[in-house]
Amino acid sequence: MSTPTIEKEPASKVELPAGVGGGEIPSFDITLKVRRYNPEVSDEAHWDEWQLTMYGTDRVLDALHKVKWEHDGSVSFRRSCAHGVCGSDAMRINGRNRLACKTLLKDLDTSKPILVEPIKGLPVEKDLIVDMEPFFQSYREIMPFLITKGHEPTRERLQSAEDRERYDDTTKCILCAACTSSCPVFWTDGQYFGPAAIVNAHRFIFDSRDDAGDMRLEILNDKEGVWRCRTTFNCSEACPRGIQVTKAISEVKQAILTRRI
Amino acid sequence: MAVPTVESPRSGRVSPGYSRSRSSRGNFEMGAWLFMRLSGVVLVVMIFVHLWTSMVAGDGISQVDFGFVAGKWASPVWQIWDLVMLWLAMLHGTNGVRTIINDYAEKNSTRMWLKGVLYTATVVIILLGTLVIFTFDPCPVIDGVAHVASYCPTA
Repeated sequence: MSTPTIEKEPASKVELPAGVGGGEIPSFDITLKVRRYNPEVSDEAHWDEWQLTMYGTDRVLDALHKVKWEHDGSVSFRRSCAHGVCGSDAMRINGRNRLACKTLLKDLDTSKPILVEPIKGLPVEKDLIVDMEPFFQSYREIMPFLITKGHEPTRERLQSAEDRERYDDTTKCILCAACTSSCPVFWTDGQYFGPAAIVNAHRFIFDSRDDAGDMRLEILNDKEGVWRCRTTFNCSEACPRGIQVTKAISEVKQAILTRRI
Repeated sequence: MAVPTVESPRSGRVSPGYSRSRSSRGNFEMGAWLFMRLSGVVLVVMIFVHLWTSMVAGDGISQVDFGFVAGKWASPVWQIWDLVMLWLAMLHGTNGVRTIINDYAEKNSTRMWLKGVLYTATVVIILLGTLVIFTFDPCPVIDGVAHVASYCPTA
């Protein structure tokens, strides 16, 4: 008869005595200032601020959640996945367009109030929520879908790794509008197509399987198209996915030129 | 009780200020963009040659006077050089200010007025400059008196 072997608990289930292990997450106090706007109450926007105790692992979104859940339920903002994939919570944090869910509080200057505003250049609906419709209108205009000629293949449309690599950077866009709403040309009158629309046009213009590149170049050869880009690089700086937005715009400019001349 | 119909908040409407009024295709903006780059490169060369010939070569800055300019414009090479420089610099500068007006003026009427002033100034300066380059007379005769400088041919 064999003696029953005592199964060892996996390391993750072992209770650690206090003082051993990862230790406490450092906590700190912050002041969160949020630009509030409610057209049903006042046409004027104002700033509200809260003192919060947050932790080293917290993001700006966590601070906003804490305010909404524990202090003032009327604070309005968009967020969906909360992990930098859906692109809902782009906002102006300390004057820079960032995703609230990807900005750690510890990376900001916590000795000063943290300013949170809606993204600029789009009509504010309430607090941090803006009307994204003008942004999506430009996106729709560049036809962000595959357009092909000829017979549909019976199998998938194959593409070489090199051809796929050509437009890889611009496939990363999550349509958060951080780039377009950081562009000073867009702020002027909102007529410019904006970096996001051009990035998504780039994704199809340089796709070897797509046949409507000329059509998209023609659309972007508009008075409000790529030629309004002044290469200020605000968009590249703002992009939470690290897309080289200004480079993509320049490539589209070049494509329009080489097609014309 | 009648149920009030609530309009869908997302009906594809775009705030009127944002809709692009008319699509203005055509290659003007592309041409303007390309002109800025090409004229910029040409101007860098022309302006530095211009600065070198008038301020470094020869006696340097002390040589620049009425007679020096007159001597330069006696040669068709410098006439053409200065003419091209004038036109390129004026058009380059005007196009730059035009884009600044487009970027910073928020109302179409403001844009129109500012550009009107800009284009008028440009045309006046270009025409005046061109006129001076080709009609420049270093030895003028005013009221029957010849203002003869040392470099003028004595009649």
